[in-house]
Amino acid sequence: MSAISFQSVSKSYPSPRGPKGSTFLALDRVQLDIEEGEFFGLLGPNGAGKTTMISILAGLTRATSGRVTVMGSDVHSDYAQARRKLGIVPQELVFDPFFNVREALRFQSGYFGITNNGAWIDELLQSLGLADKAGANMRQLSGGMKRRMLVAQALVHKPPVIVLDEPTAGVDVELRQTLWHFVSQLNKQGHTVLLTTHYLEEAEALCGRIAMLKSGNIVALDSTSALLKAASGNVLRFKTSGALPPALAARARVTGTVVQLPAHDALEIEQYLAAVRESGLVVEDVEIRKADLEDVFIDIMTKGGSASASAPALPGVGGSPERTLAGQGAPIASANRTGAGVL
Amino acid sequence: MNGWSTLFYKEVLRFWKVGFQTVAAPVLTAMMYLLIFGHVLEDHVKVYDTIRYTAFLVPGLVMMSVLQNAFANSSSSLIQSKIMGNLVFLLLTPLSHWSWFVAYVGSSIVRGLVVGAGVLLAAICFAPLGFAQPVWIIAFAVLGAALMGALGLIAGLWAEKFDQLAAFQNFVIMPMTFLSGVFYSIHSLPGFWQGVSNLNPFFYMIDGFRFGFFGVSDVSPWVSLGVVATALALVSALAVQLLRTGYKIRS
Repeated sequence: MSAISFQSVSKSYPSPRGPKGSTFLALDRVQLDIEEGEFFGLLGPNGAGKTTMISILAGLTRATSGRVTVMGSDVHSDYAQARRKLGIVPQELVFDPFFNVREALRFQSGYFGITNNGAWIDELLQSLGLADKAGANMRQLSGGMKRRMLVAQALVHKPPVIVLDEPTAGVDVELRQTLWHFVSQLNKQGHTVLLTTHYLEEAEALCGRIAMLKSGNIVALDSTSALLKAASGNVLRFKTSGALPPALAARARVTGTVVQLPAHDALEIEQYLAAVRESGLVVEDVEIRKADLEDVFIDIMTKGGSASASAPALPGVGGSPERTLAGQGAPIASANRTGAGVL
Repeated sequence: MNGWSTLFYKEVLRFWKVGFQTVAAPVLTAMMYLLIFGHVLEDHVKVYDTIRYTAFLVPGLVMMSVLQNAFANSSSSLIQSKIMGNLVFLLLTPLSHWSWFVAYVGSSIVRGLVVGAGVLLAAICFAPLGFAQPVWIIAFAVLGAALMGALGLIAGLWAEKFDQLAAFQNFVIMPMTFLSGVFYSIHSLPGFWQGVSNLNPFFYMIDGFRFGFFGVSDVSPWVSLGVVATALALVSALAVQLLRTGYKIRS
């Protein structure tokens, strides 16, 4: 039995622009199964449909078609069971200003029909570094504490499946570490964790499997290691203040003066450097590093898409010599060629 | 405690924590009405032959406080939770629409009765009055508070901003309350306005409630009971249906 299962789930909203009656498709027949005990990452740019998926899972939004289950319970027809099995940490920093920390947690337990939950509440407060704030009003908590409180509220009924919707947005390094340590422990104890985040290094470090969502479609779904392997093996990184030639600019990730180019082999690196030399750019701090999840993500989001993602996987491994510097669909195409579960 | 009783308790605690604003303030307001209207009109208005005007006024003011506060409780709690975003904590729970209804309406009844009792206790110091048929007093107070709690639930779900809720309160609830016979007997009105008052369910709540104190009323308490019970059933059915479909709280 899957911990979370999306079965051909679509969601359309009335379009805010465009003619009356037109709709906007936020999710397009999404198919996804997350197994018990997984630490699963759901990645995608803003507006890709991540929050819509989580809202449907939580029962805040109803799918237009398809079916969603949590540990086998349908989130619509058997919502009470599904919600008991699910703990959701919302993205927005919300709180009830009328109550203190302990009261809020006791109420949240009570809504799930759980009484005498004091021991578990104490444990949660301890683990999340809120023990000395138990009697403080929610308004008195700092932003980071409110964020931890959201985690505590999501876990107060001991759900087997935990969903964290961008839990580390705007959170300092120390708190992030505390949070990940805590969530990793829960995962080790058998909880299934679904995480959405914009911090790709977190997803790379934590998640065993990752789905990438773009415009309501899952465009990549694989183990984190396979996704990394499928990407260009290396990245050529250098600094330059000049304008890149168009062929390079199309493939490069530019942050200020730092340019990063995906490269599979020495030949490709030589070609890059030759192109740079020909254009007369001054480069410094040249280095070659291993590709990370951010490179995979950017490749998939900029060059991939539902069309290429739904194309049949080709045999063979990426890095084929016929690829050009213009890089037509290079890394995502190579990801496809691995045949390693990219949808 | 199970789900609904936790929510009920939380909703009661919510208004109790700010009791100065939710209980003391409306009691003071009602006392102002009593002192000023009572003082000005005591010698000028005679409603029933045997009853002083100030004494006549007290049950009307008590019921008005019960109704307004019951409405305010569910409506303001819901709109605050919607605007603050903390309604999500409830939406994520397995609480059924019936649990929501019972908890929100139940806590509104409690607030209405607490404020009403406060007004009554303060008022009888100024205008002693009898309790001819206490069962009617309790019945109309509870049913009226329930009706207004359910109406507040609907308004709280419907409103997206505080000013929409304020408009509902000022343009619907206030006129219906003031034109319901709180300050006068509708028999003192011209025929046309008597007819209009007969269409106002608030009139029956106040008239029936007053019957419990004096044993006399403008219409039979049984008629009032029927009207109030019917209105309560209709409003409750709508409120439960809106909760079941997640009107404006689930998309």
